[in-house]
Amino acid sequence: MLTNESLAQIDREIAKYPAEQKQSAVMSALRIAQQEKGWLAPETLEFLATYLGMPTIAVYEVASFYNMYDLKPVGAHKLTVCTNISCQLQGVDAVVAKIQAKLGIGFGETTADGRFTLKEGECFGACGDGPLCLHNNHTLHTRLTPDNVDAFLEGMK
Amino acid sequence: MSLNAPNHKVCTWTQDYDHPAALATYTAHGGYAALKKILTEKTPADAIIAEVKLSALRGRGGAGFPTGLKWSFMPRNYDGDKYIVCNSDEGEPGTFKDRDILRFNPHQLIEGMLIAGYTLGARAGYNYIHGEIFEQYRSWEAALDEARAAGFLGNNILGSGWNFDLHAHHGYGAYVCGEETALLESIEGKKGQPRFKPPFPASYGLYGKPTTINNTETLASIPWIMRHGGQAFLDLGKPNNGGSKIFSLSGHVERPGNYEVRMGTPFSELLEMAGGVKGGRELKAVIPGGSSVPVLPGATMMELTMDYDSIAKAGSYLGAGSVIVMDDTVCMVKALERLAYFYFEESCGQCTPCREGTGWMYRVIHRIEHGQGRPEDLDLLMSVGTNISGRTICALGDAAVGPVHSFLKHFRNEFEYHIEHKRCMVGA
Ligand SMILES: Cc1cc2nc3c(=O)[nH]c(=O)nc-3n(C[C@H](O)[C@H](O)[C@H](O)COP(=O)(O)O)c2cc1C
Ligand code: SF4
Repeated sequence: MLTNESLAQIDREIAKYPAEQKQSAVMSALRIAQQEKGWLAPETLEFLATYLGMPTIAVYEVASFYNMYDLKPVGAHKLTVCTNISCQLQGVDAVVAKIQAKLGIGFGETTADGRFTLKEGECFGACGDGPLCLHNNHTLHTRLTPDNVDAFLEGMK
Repeated sequence: MSLNAPNHKVCTWTQDYDHPAALATYTAHGGYAALKKILTEKTPADAIIAEVKLSALRGRGGAGFPTGLKWSFMPRNYDGDKYIVCNSDEGEPGTFKDRDILRFNPHQLIEGMLIAGYTLGARAGYNYIHGEIFEQYRSWEAALDEARAAGFLGNNILGSGWNFDLHAHHGYGAYVCGEETALLESIEGKKGQPRFKPPFPASYGLYGKPTTINNTETLASIPWIMRHGGQAFLDLGKPNNGGSKIFSLSGHVERPGNYEVRMGTPFSELLEMAGGVKGGRELKAVIPGGSSVPVLPGATMMELTMDYDSIAKAGSYLGAGSVIVMDDTVCMVKALERLAYFYFEESCGQCTPCREGTGWMYRVIHRIEHGQGRPEDLDLLMSVGTNISGRTICALGDAAVGPVHSFLKHFRNEFEYHIEHKRCMVGA
């Protein structure tokens, strides 16, 4: 189901918590599985439930509560742009307009070729460096402008 | 600047050096000396708590609760496990100071958590890091590895016989997990839904064990206090408002970013440090402590000093020191619409007044912004807000109301204009 490398990573997470609290590793386990598979399919949730000794429904509850988990397939590049107040004041609207025009999709959509998914995000906690775009959950791109967004997207082709 | 030769930079001093986050940088300038002293001299917990109380350090996570007092709530003669938890889940619009502590001074946080863990008799500690700054989850884990290899963490720390370890736990996109009991639920591997209080975490916390939760900046201030004394920290600030504080300036300033200054510094000076209002425009409004605190008119802010008591007297809160600056081009209806959407989106849904009320407030502000407002809408917004306040499990409900009520209080004419003319008066 998951590679040995992913399982080893999950085991490292489990070891952080008291022996009877394996469930604490579920957030990391979901993240690791999603990085490997691209998204969290029902069978992945079931596998993790067994692996961590918790009910599948409990894994599903966690996966659906936190919005960086994807319960549906997403593009190879998931771009999440924060549109909250500080980023808004610092000019994110023009950045979003540029990204949408370039990719031809709106928020919550994926390009026809499956390369890009665009999402609207809530505060990342990095406002001073805004406007911000989170690439595939883990890489934060900072200080975007309508001018540098071209190069930013080209870099992902 | 260092922990050996202190100035007002309590948490940000490493940024003056080439490798700010490195263990070598930290130890070369006095890092881990406070911990060593405590472990060597076996400083009693009471003495440490007394020092923290004297410092007048107040929680940097937003509520400003006195840290020494919070630590004194932990049970002393408890046989089982206890925990120390650090809250690095900042994700309230306008907040971004803890990210820089993790990026540039991770070891001071580690030392602070170690001292807290020792004082409170904790078995282990967890640092909950906001999901969207995942790079800092990785980098803080790397700092932990460095500290472990150097004997600062793990078994028999520095030969003292004391065992203690720290771990990182990440969020994955839920603002409400910054609320301390939601955060605990999340570490336990559950949905981040806040718990009803009491019982408080000091008696029933992580895994049901006594737990102290502090903000990143709070804990990172501890090594400085233990090194130089509570009085020195207090003297940096004002009575009842000890120390320096990192202020995060965002929005319409020339240089958005973090500025660590003494408590009680005039707002006008802080604004100047960030280069003033962007493009030299006029200052219209400021949210002084993160999106949850009431907005204040720019002219009011220019008269205030940056400390808990001064901002509270003016009708807002210092919160986490997250200063959102707005110039005269800002439409307050549009700004409030975005804030209202945030609370609607992030409500965990447990309490009916918060779940329904945040959606209702958002929809009403949305229709005003889009030219479909009704004359009775402003009264409606006030009353929906009043019906949320004080009727919810956690403070997110109140946090959602603060912006709505304060925007209407100070900028009511803009909302009325929108309703009457179906468009914005800014730039009209
Ligand atoms: C909705 C909500 C979000 C919060 N977010 C944070 C946060 O991101 N970081 C934080 O330190 N405290 C946050 N708090 C406050 C915590 O509940 C808690 O008071 C704080 O972490 C205690 O640490 P301190 O005493 O050192 O400030 C939040 C509270 C609420 C109600
Ligand atoms: S106030 Fe809102 S966020 Fe807090 S517990 Fe109730 S529903 Fe959840």
